[in-house]
Amino acid sequence: MKTIPLDRAPPTLADAPQRAGFPGYLACFNGIVWREMLRFIHQRERFLSALVRPLVWLFIFAAGFRQVLGVSIIPPYETYVLYEVFVTPGLIGMILLFNAMQSSLSMVYDRETGTMRTLLVSPFPRWFLLTSKLIGGGAVALLQVYVFLLIAYAWEIEPPLLGYLTVLPALFLASLMLGALALFMSSIIKQLENFAGVMNFVIFPMFFASSALYPLWRIRESSPLLYEICRFNPFTHAVELIRFALYAQIDPASLAAVLGFTAVFLAAAIYAYNPSKGLLGRRGAPGGTA
Amino acid sequence: MRLTSFLSTGALLLLASTANGYTVFVSNEKDNTVSVIDSTTLEVTKTIKVGQRPRGIVLARNGEWLLICASDDNVVQVFDTRTLEFVKNLPSGPDPELFTLHPKGNPLYIANEDDNIVTVVDIEKGSVLSEIPVGVEPEGMGISPDGTILVNTSETTNMAHFIDTQSNKTVDHVLVDARPRYAQFTPDGSQVWVSSEIGGTVSVIDVKTRKPVGKVSFQINGVNADAIQPVGIRITRDGKTAFVALGPANRVAVVDTASLKVERYLLVGQRVWQLAFTPDEKLLFTTNGTSNDVSIIDVEKLRVTKSVKVGRYPWGVAIAPF
Repeated sequence: MKTIPLDRAPPTLADAPQRAGFPGYLACFNGIVWREMLRFIHQRERFLSALVRPLVWLFIFAAGFRQVLGVSIIPPYETYVLYEVFVTPGLIGMILLFNAMQSSLSMVYDRETGTMRTLLVSPFPRWFLLTSKLIGGGAVALLQVYVFLLIAYAWEIEPPLLGYLTVLPALFLASLMLGALALFMSSIIKQLENFAGVMNFVIFPMFFASSALYPLWRIRESSPLLYEICRFNPFTHAVELIRFALYAQIDPASLAAVLGFTAVFLAAAIYAYNPSKGLLGRRGAPGGTA
Repeated sequence: MRLTSFLSTGALLLLASTANGYTVFVSNEKDNTVSVIDSTTLEVTKTIKVGQRPRGIVLARNGEWLLICASDDNVVQVFDTRTLEFVKNLPSGPDPELFTLHPKGNPLYIANEDDNIVTVVDIEKGSVLSEIPVGVEPEGMGISPDGTILVNTSETTNMAHFIDTQSNKTVDHVLVDARPRYAQFTPDGSQVWVSSEIGGTVSVIDVKTRKPVGKVSFQINGVNADAIQPVGIRITRDGKTAFVALGPANRVAVVDTASLKVERYLLVGQRVWQLAFTPDEKLLFTTNGTSNDVSIIDVEKLRVTKSVKVGRYPWGVAIAPF
């Protein structure tokens, strides 16, 4: 075992052998995921804000809308639910969405500070590096979601016990999809300042034009066009997948949609991060002229 | 040989199926039907046509008979709970709304909403035994566990009328809050709980002294006070917990009978009206008038587990022990 110098980051990448077998891939994967985790743990404010955001929605927003639902039973619920219960999967989706965006935000930051080069000069295939990065971001999100669910339980949001287990693959898949989307977007954005602007154009429309805050039949009542937009929104499918999984059920349509969107976004991100073909190369290196 | 084994298997199957499930009957006021629900699968197995505007329903003859107040037909109908066939009509007096059976199984006490009387009917002979004048718009009917005292509530007079079942005469009247809807004795017979729909309270009356000894009030965050209209009441056999249907508040209140404090509100369908326990007291069924469904409450966990669609305006619910 080779000793890893501490001053090089991320060390496991730099030290990966040229023709690494499975152990090499594993070391690389661990390195990237661990870096994401460390980054998250070291940023206590980020953990707090990631938690406070959905909790504010749950405790304040949902309290105001408590009486909104309870007029119709929609699957997977078998009886009438309070708004808090309905909005919980949507808020889980929000955690994943913000986390994905933040993780990609770090890509832009990495690019500006030059750490990204360390990642991208690694001998491992680009798709592997990017997917590892997404999984690292996803692992961070899962941590946040389970802490959120724990607090929500005290607020009488009590899905079946099995649901806490069955929601795991749904969370993983949804975070992969959102992460891939964010990664693709981060390849187009060159500077942090631009990133914030684009996020506003992406996060808010995606979040509001979805089934996170209100059932889609409600939206259909007011605007059939908006309803169609919501149905096409990948975030809607991520939320629905989580909603059903939290009650130990599978929504096949959402599962298919999330899988499809994940494949498309991931392919786009990998393409975009390919220096010879992708948008990254064409647009030039960070700090360069546009 | 094969036939006998076939028969015995059949009998075993029958025994197995009767061992765990109960049959739930729900009267649908607007559809003139009764929905039959299996308490195990929680699915509607059958819908039977009954008289016009069925409201109060109760079981008689140890669950063999289902008695239905066909309010607009001015009769009480008798159905066989196993075959679901019509058996006979009982006289009821005009516009029967709610009734209660003597703990011994006979007679039946019927509230006649339009005539301000309580009609006493022998369900075996099908004859009227007595007519007891009470307050205006009688509705709620509760009988003490020993069958000696009947309490009727009159919606407009706002009173609980105490009736001696020996003499069939009113012996006392207790003023309660506006529009009393339902009367329910505690299992030990010491108290009678009367729900007041407009008053939004449940009055607890001591049966011996016939004085109110307490009042249950309700408050739900985000629900207007005037939407809280208590109607149906059920008290567990151990006498510790009462369930109160709160009408358009869409909630069932869980009340600690010792402190008269509400422990929890359970969200059910819209305009929850009447309640019934399964014989093992594991489940509580609620009829939800305007959302046309029945919600099922897990009594031990105090959680609503499911809501099942029935006919239009479900009103009353009765559960057979098989």
